Amino acid sequence: MQTILSIGLDGISYGMVLFIISIGLSIMMGLMRVVNLAHGAFAMIGGYLASYAMRDLGAGYALAIVVAVIGTIIISIPLEILLYRRIYRKSDALTQLLLTIGITFVIIGLANFIFGPTLKAIPLPNALSGPLDIGFRMIPTHRVFVIVCGVITALALWLLIDKTEFGIRLRASVDNSDMADSLGIRTEWIYAATFALAVGLGAFGGVVGAELLPIEPFYALRYMVTFLVVVSVGGAGSIAGALAASLLLGLADTTGKYLAPEYGEFFFYLAVIVIAFLFPRGLFGRAH
Amino acid sequence: MTGLSTLAKTSDRAFPFAAELMGIVSIAALGVLGFLLFPDDLAFLTRLIGITLLVLSLDLVTGYCGVATLGHAALFGVSAYAVGNACIGGIREPILLLGVGIVAGTITGAISGALITRFRGLPQLVLSIAIGQLVAALANKLSSVTGGSDGLSGITPDPVLGLFRFDMYSRTAFVFSLVVLAVVFVLLLRFVRSPFGLLCRGIRDDDLRAQMIGAMVYPRLVIMYAVSGAVAGVGGALNAMTAGVVGLDSVSFERSAEVLVMLVLGGAGNLWGALFGSVVFQIFEHIVSATNPFHWMTLVGLLLIAIVLFAPRGLSHGVAVLWSKIFRRGGRA
Repeated sequence: MQTILSIGLDGISYGMVLFIISIGLSIMMGLMRVVNLAHGAFAMIGGYLASYAMRDLGAGYALAIVVAVIGTIIISIPLEILLYRRIYRKSDALTQLLLTIGITFVIIGLANFIFGPTLKAIPLPNALSGPLDIGFRMIPTHRVFVIVCGVITALALWLLIDKTEFGIRLRASVDNSDMADSLGIRTEWIYAATFALAVGLGAFGGVVGAELLPIEPFYALRYMVTFLVVVSVGGAGSIAGALAASLLLGLADTTGKYLAPEYGEFFFYLAVIVIAFLFPRGLFGRAH
Repeated sequence: MTGLSTLAKTSDRAFPFAAELMGIVSIAALGVLGFLLFPDDLAFLTRLIGITLLVLSLDLVTGYCGVATLGHAALFGVSAYAVGNACIGGIREPILLLGVGIVAGTITGAISGALITRFRGLPQLVLSIAIGQLVAALANKLSSVTGGSDGLSGITPDPVLGLFRFDMYSRTAFVFSLVVLAVVFVLLLRFVRSPFGLLCRGIRDDDLRAQMIGAMVYPRLVIMYAVSGAVAGVGGALNAMTAGVVGLDSVSFERSAEVLVMLVLGGAGNLWGALFGSVVFQIFEHIVSATNPFHWMTLVGLLLIAIVLFAPRGLSHGVAVLWSKIFRRGGRA
């Protein structure tokens, strides 16, 4: 019973971290059809900025998150204008893969050059670092915090996409970009805003999830595949799909690591292959 | 990806085995050049040849069939492990071991091809990654067969043809690998121009149309994947025999990504491009990464971005265009 509870809690919080980071990638793939392998690199930049802000500038945890999200978006703007804009919606998969792998490599090289090859800690505030008593047992507060963050992210995104003017324009661009353009929606602005949103969410996830996915230069490469897999399993562009896929894969991976740690990520990828065969468009994906 | 290799087409009519001869001559020339440039580092050149075979193998599926895969190292690694185990188990004859590698590679290729080519686009890419990672996780877990993270060591094949021992300067290994590469390359040059190879290009360019003219798309892609597996198997076998040890890096995601980079650097859909990209990239890597591996990553990243922006069809295409320009200019003058 203890084990099941631990697996459940760790699995769900791990899944929520995956969700917060991957949902940005998912929205981007749903709208711009860009297989952005550098998404993990943006999450990593967020982590580095937060760590720098807290340890060298003495900022608090909340401020560090804001600095990380805004800083990462600022860093990503020139990349969007110079590089990503060229590959929206039209290029073949291979071009996108190479360009985004290239960007990832450059970011890894520079991160190592600037911050060094060691692990970067993001110290938690006292309110989040201790255990939390939920009546019948103690659980780490940070896990609860991550889960709450994930739920809030999902709700906020749902509100943004389903209930606001921006969301309507975004959905119109996803469904038919040319028609949206003809109707006077500035699709290039929608693309740029979505890119910033995706990168910001990635950075946010990178900071919040740093306890579970530690920040180091090879972060971008190590989890690159994981995020892409979550999006593919969930179906690109679907919030519910990404949430379901993150929780499912988070639980599968955590269960595998608890019960048969020597198999590593075997169960994670086994689950991926099975789901890919049953739902080739993802759990909640739509035909493009 | 619409890069048709028209380089060898015209000369082909004039002289029956021109392309094949050019293949042998170029590889021999590259071998001599390598020997002159790195006389003390033949082990590096031998490793380069093994990886080159993997790049050629990837070209068959990515370049000629349009299947984007990031899990190709699985075919290479499984064969390397199979050959290593066969060698430790008592099969010591190098030619036989090559056969073991080919069989293992073909089987792995057929299985992964049957899974991967079912889909197109993102599901295909993710499946290829998942299969690659699955093999990597298994290689780590089944340490009784693979040696786990320590690697599988103690692979000591017999002398080639009973005459040439594998020496510590890798001379035999180098020449043996070079000969194998030349044979495989010539066979592949023929193979990609066969009706089967041409049909695969047709499938890459427009699979719906290929289906309409009566081609069975899925079985052909699986067969191509099996052939590609055989080529990767040769590379894996050479790598296991000449290095004497098989490590987890031979099935890693990094290996898969790296060979894709090499292929696109040279130009996908063209065997010469694959050969060229692989050789250039690895020599470059050998020199630069010796100084600082992280600068190496930054450089490769910048190189990749530059290729996508300025030479989207690979270096070999750029060179070919340049060549024809110079040639035409010379003809006019």
